[in-house]
Amino acid sequence: MTESLGPHAGFILASYGITVAVIAGLIVWVIADHRAQKRRLADLEARGLRRRSAARAAVAPAASAAQTAADREATS
Amino acid sequence: MLKSVTDLANPTRFLAFTAKALPVLVGLTLALFAVGLYGALVLAPPDYQQGETVKIMFIHVPAAWLSMFTYGLMTVSALGTLVWRHPLADVAARAAAPIGAAFTFLALVTGSLWGKPMWGTWWIWDARLTSVLILFIMYLGLLALWRTVEEPTRAAKLAAILILVGSVNLPIIKFSVDWWNTLHQPASVFRMDGPTIDGSMLWPLLVMALAFTALMLTLHLMAMRNEILRRRVRSLGLAAAGGVA
Amino acid sequence: MSALTALFLRDMRLAVRIGGGAMMGVLFFLIVVTVFPFAVGPDLNLLSRIGPAVLWLGALLASLLGLDRLFEADRDDGALDLLVMSGRPLELVVVVKCLAHWTATGLPLVLATPFFALFLALEPKAILATMATLAVGTPALTLLGAIGAGLTVSLRRGGLLLAILVLPFTIPVLIFGVSAAGAAAVEGASFLTPFLLLSAMSLACLALAPFAAAAALRAGLD
Repeated sequence: MTESLGPHAGFILASYGITVAVIAGLIVWVIADHRAQKRRLADLEARGLRRRSAARAAVAPAASAAQTAADREATS
Repeated sequence: MLKSVTDLANPTRFLAFTAKALPVLVGLTLALFAVGLYGALVLAPPDYQQGETVKIMFIHVPAAWLSMFTYGLMTVSALGTLVWRHPLADVAARAAAPIGAAFTFLALVTGSLWGKPMWGTWWIWDARLTSVLILFIMYLGLLALWRTVEEPTRAAKLAAILILVGSVNLPIIKFSVDWWNTLHQPASVFRMDGPTIDGSMLWPLLVMALAFTALMLTLHLMAMRNEILRRRVRSLGLAAAGGVA
Repeated sequence: MSALTALFLRDMRLAVRIGGGAMMGVLFFLIVVTVFPFAVGPDLNLLSRIGPAVLWLGALLASLLGLDRLFEADRDDGALDLLVMSGRPLELVVVVKCLAHWTATGLPLVLATPFFALFLALEPKAILATMATLAVGTPALTLLGAIGAGLTVSLRRGGLLLAILVLPFTIPVLIFGVSAAGAAAVEGASFLTPFLLLSAMSLACLALAPFAAAAALRAGLD
């Protein structure tokens, strides 16, 4: 912004500043909320809670996974 | 690319779609902002009357358009909730409200900052300004309603009804400048006989509007994703509390 | 004292989370201030003359209408009985609950005043005066409202009754608040005298209202 912003530069900068601040606020809110939900979901998953569809999927390959699960159980 | 819109109705497929669509949208938004800001701040000439303060137009006008566009989108989702029972309709409305409120706030603040040097006052009870302020209050009312009702499905119906009732305000805003003789600038882009802005200012304005729209869609997709996850966390939490493993 | 601070923190958390009334007061205040120019007309000079009065009326109504939930939420889930039997003097419990309520609803009103003053085209001096008087006056409103809340806690439709019962007591606060806030705009009118009287009233309410509210609670409960 090479040329001067004229007598009312303050108002122009203020409006651009507030716009940047509000948009940045929105972005931060969305990302922070995403992380929070992901973390909560991970905690719930860790406590062995499966969603019905996920539970069904976990059961199906259970047979083949049983052996690997047992090993993991032994090592963890 | 999409089998059908209903295909997206399934939250899991919707999340997969957002994972693919978001990087593209973010790239598009950044590109549009780069071009728009360059056009607006560097290329656009100062206005013969207002001088440099016309630069505020490049954020005030898109923000105002977006505030109405977002409410329009929420009206469609409200119809989705009440009429077509689309499972993601309420998620869309609930995710859009804070973004719409932010854009309306921006439109009011940048307008006020533009009004002080040009009209000599921060605020005036003018038809356009007042109806946008009412739109802002309606956004806050909706946010308050969603914050008060805990159970999502009940909140969805209540909010959808309130959104539809509120959508009456949209045409009033759009045409308020024409119906009442107001201090606010009459419509100068979307007009019957073509825009009255000179090309050198028009294309940056349109690019900035597209940039704002792309930004809004990106934020909206992300907010919807959060909302879906939040509902899963809530249902899992309830399941845990209910002892149902 | 930790029990009372715990009560304060609990009330603050309750006010802020979903269903709490924290921002409701400010929203109601915004609506009252927005509606006035529709009734009175968009003439900015007129609005700036009655500006302080509009802001004070908005604050008064907003805090009164938010107060019926002060004890009622606790009574519904039985927490009130625990508080009464908690061994802590009920007067202190009332003071803490009023402080929490004021921080959640009264303080946002004071902080939001400059924005709403723009809608009424107030000069900066008048805005500062109104904020000062509101900052000092709203605690008195909350404490007086607590008496009303104590009286109407066991009644079904207590909210409106509370406002009717308590409004007469708030009139002196309103008079001195508006005169102090308005004095800033009018040359010659002194700001300090009504302001000090307003502060005196708030302190008096702080000292006396909890006893009345606690007595009302005890009378209403057993």
